[in-house]
Amino acid sequence: MRALRHVLLALGAVIMMAPFIWMVSTSLEDGGFANYTEAWNRVPFGLFFINTIAVTGLTVLGVLITSALAAYAFATMEFPGKGMMFTLFLSTMMVPQPVYLAPSYVLLAKFGMVDTYGALIIPWVANVFSIFLLRQHFKTIPRSLYDAAVLDGCSRFQYLWRVVLPLSRPVLATVVLFNTISSWNSFMWPLVMTHSENLRVIQVGLSYFSQEMSGNYRLLMAASTFCTLPLLIIFLLFQKQLVSSYTGSGMKD
Amino acid sequence: MKARRRLSPVLYVLPALVIILLFRTIPILAGFLASLADYDIGGFHGFVGTDHYRRMFTDPRFWLSLGNTVHYVLGVLPAGIIIPLGLAVLLRGGLRGGSFYRTLYFLPVVTSTVAVAVVWTWVFHPEAGPLNQIITMFGGEPLAWLREPRGIFELLLAPVGITPTGFLAGPSLALVAIMTVGVWKSIGYNTVLFLAGLENIPKDCYEAAKLDGAGRWASFRHITWPLLSPTTFYVLIMSTITSFQTFALVYVMTPPPGGGPLGTTNVLVFYLYQKAFDRFDIGYASAISVFLFVLLLGLTMLQRRFGERKVHYS
Repeated sequence: MRALRHVLLALGAVIMMAPFIWMVSTSLEDGGFANYTEAWNRVPFGLFFINTIAVTGLTVLGVLITSALAAYAFATMEFPGKGMMFTLFLSTMMVPQPVYLAPSYVLLAKFGMVDTYGALIIPWVANVFSIFLLRQHFKTIPRSLYDAAVLDGCSRFQYLWRVVLPLSRPVLATVVLFNTISSWNSFMWPLVMTHSENLRVIQVGLSYFSQEMSGNYRLLMAASTFCTLPLLIIFLLFQKQLVSSYTGSGMKD
Repeated sequence: MKARRRLSPVLYVLPALVIILLFRTIPILAGFLASLADYDIGGFHGFVGTDHYRRMFTDPRFWLSLGNTVHYVLGVLPAGIIIPLGLAVLLRGGLRGGSFYRTLYFLPVVTSTVAVAVVWTWVFHPEAGPLNQIITMFGGEPLAWLREPRGIFELLLAPVGITPTGFLAGPSLALVAIMTVGVWKSIGYNTVLFLAGLENIPKDCYEAAKLDGAGRWASFRHITWPLLSPTTFYVLIMSTITSFQTFALVYVMTPPPGGGPLGTTNVLVFYLYQKAFDRFDIGYASAISVFLFVLLLGLTMLQRRFGERKVHYS
């Protein structure tokens, strides 16, 4: 019975992996690694990578700052309008991106932000799921710790910085991983909000490349490989944490 | 003793609040207003009441895209539940090497939709793709896959001389190919959800059943399946919500203009995208957005209403 389970699971794994195996093997046909350099140089993938890394990095940094601050207030402080604000935050989580895509474009156009890095970063530097996740964790830190810290002359902000955040490393790591993946993989938003090649992120770059190169599958598979590789490495390094953070979130891409 | 001057709590919330208000709340509300207005490339031209909604319900392209989306959702759901459930049952109970399989299954979940769409486009390529090569190797007829507008039931029933038409012809083979990728990409995610659900079923239930002489199938049928129903329900609703929003797979695998052979892969969000960003008909696109929103909100409510209450009897 155990053997049968392994056979079935292995068969499943082969089917799940087949596209990846075909991707890499095709990318190495006729010319081998030369396909990679050719794909890389055909369109400015180097620039697309720099754009993606910059957008992802700044987005994640922004999310960390805004989420830690907001979650800290929601978890430990009392202030007027707190409940209403929290409800407002959570309610936006139920609205999927395609619903507010067109009005967001009009709004960004009004701000003169269409086709800028700002359009790719600023609307995403707050993330309700991250606020929620951090708030839940901050609530578990005992109040007595705060009282002790205050006696030692610690201010409220210092307490967040020196005590709460160091105690929250695993949750912060989850926030970083989760937002890195969703920012790196985001496609519809940058597709709509930017037009110039200079601002292209790799997902948009790869989709245009696939339209231009249709038929040249060696180059396409090479490009797909180097576009997936960075996240693949991150996933393999942090997979345990990732799997749990993903399934807790209720979102896939 | 008075505490040191402290930052007001509101200042802590402010950065997040400003972003959420500006880039979520306002666009969402503006979308409702825009759906009642004439808004195009030239800007705002006044309110038109429910004109866009009336136009939507008489627009054959809208109905086509809604039909395609319903086909997509109905096609993806059964496979997206049965395969992960099967895998989770196989993986259950700390099988040696289980985490290795789980990692492999989860890989497509974190890989970008664009990249996997590019790879699968090639897999389905009629001449060069490996799929048709495998089919011909076994003596089958190669298929046009992403270029095939004929419905799957139409193709399957052709040998027996039945030709269903319209919605009954089923999703086009092109859309079925895209559905396959949608299922493939979500298997790992749903498997992990089911695994977590299985871990919550108390072991003694099975021991009691064993004492009563229940076999594997009987204990699955009478213990696992009913006790797992909250998870199954959650997976079902979540998959429905994500399936309704499919865009990137369609955009990359059957690139614009068009939305696939004879528009048969044009799903709701793709149609919305075309209206908003090819035609710049923001008013009409917003009406489609509101329709989508109401649909998905209904599903979320359903999840809230029945998901919290345990669906099973224990």
